[in-house]
Amino acid sequence: MKYVKQFGIILGVTCAGEACKHLIPLPVPASIYGLVLLFSLLALKIIRLEQVKEAGVFLIEIMPLMFIPAAAGLVTSWGQIKGILLPLCVIVPFTTCFVMFAAGKATDCMLDRAGDSADSVAGRKDGEQHE
Amino acid sequence: MNEFFLNSAAAGVVLSLVSYFAGMEIKRRWKWAVLNPLLISIVLVVGFLVLFDVDYDAYNESARYLSYLLTPATVSLAIPLYQQMELLKKNMAAICIGILAGVLASLGSILALSVVFGLSHEEYVTLLPKSITTAIGMGVSEELGGYAVITTAAIIVTGVMGNMTAEHLCRVFRIKYAISRGIAIGSASHAIGTARAMEMGEAEGAMSSLAIVVSGLCTVAGAAVFAGVY
Repeated sequence: MKYVKQFGIILGVTCAGEACKHLIPLPVPASIYGLVLLFSLLALKIIRLEQVKEAGVFLIEIMPLMFIPAAAGLVTSWGQIKGILLPLCVIVPFTTCFVMFAAGKATDCMLDRAGDSADSVAGRKDGEQHE
Repeated sequence: MNEFFLNSAAAGVVLSLVSYFAGMEIKRRWKWAVLNPLLISIVLVVGFLVLFDVDYDAYNESARYLSYLLTPATVSLAIPLYQQMELLKKNMAAICIGILAGVLASLGSILALSVVFGLSHEEYVTLLPKSITTAIGMGVSEELGGYAVITTAAIIVTGVMGNMTAEHLCRVFRIKYAISRGIAIGSASHAIGTARAMEMGEAEGAMSSLAIVVSGLCTVAGAAVFAGVY
């Protein structure tokens, strides 16, 4: 029952996120309200980590699977996409790489400037990463 | 077959699972970078639907319990983020600047390329939210008068590309710190990329989750400004 309870708490927060979306007229989805809400509840120690951990970690682990149905749906939007296919084929890959470069390098740069004091907490450097 | 999928609450989920496991097996055997399990599973599912003449809607309806978990899973991203709170607190300035750089790079490069390709205003605003999570991106696109269907397609392709290439790009770009890699992946390719960041490491995963939220919200404001430019 432990995992059911954990899943129940996560669903409860999800539900509260849906309520926020219902009440606040902004283009912010329920999942984002829920994420911020769960983070706040954990930070304020209203929910303890042990009360959600295993179920949450399981959900995150199987997350890639959840994108399959939506991604397979791309075939149905082919009719609308083919008109701007060429620009899309350039813009999407280029901007994806460029954003990764800009965000990563900017963060690296700032962490370097913060100096050695931050080094110890900035996470593993290259070379120590991965298996 | 179509009839069967329409009446089955399991067939769509099973097809997705089998495709994903096939994808992981193929990746394990050939170890080729382009062989991303997510990409392979998408191709296999589409191939199956075409081959057996199953409507996408019938499959999607049958796979709904898989999609159903997406919102609680996204909410759960708060857990690794909380576990890495110390990292977040100590590097707050770098993280904020990094995400902001990502948002500006995204909006700026889309503006520049839209001008180069001579896209219409509607096509331009359709692409503006392409790097952020689907649910926010669709809303932004609709609000600015874009085509939400194309936005969704661009967002998903962006995510899958990020999922496929993140690890290699971080190496090619020589991004040093785990924090920076996480911020880069989350800013560029939202939740689908984050799924990969989670596999790379705890710090990467947590920072990528954070970047989804912050860059998503910043893009809501930023896209409205950029929409007025072109």
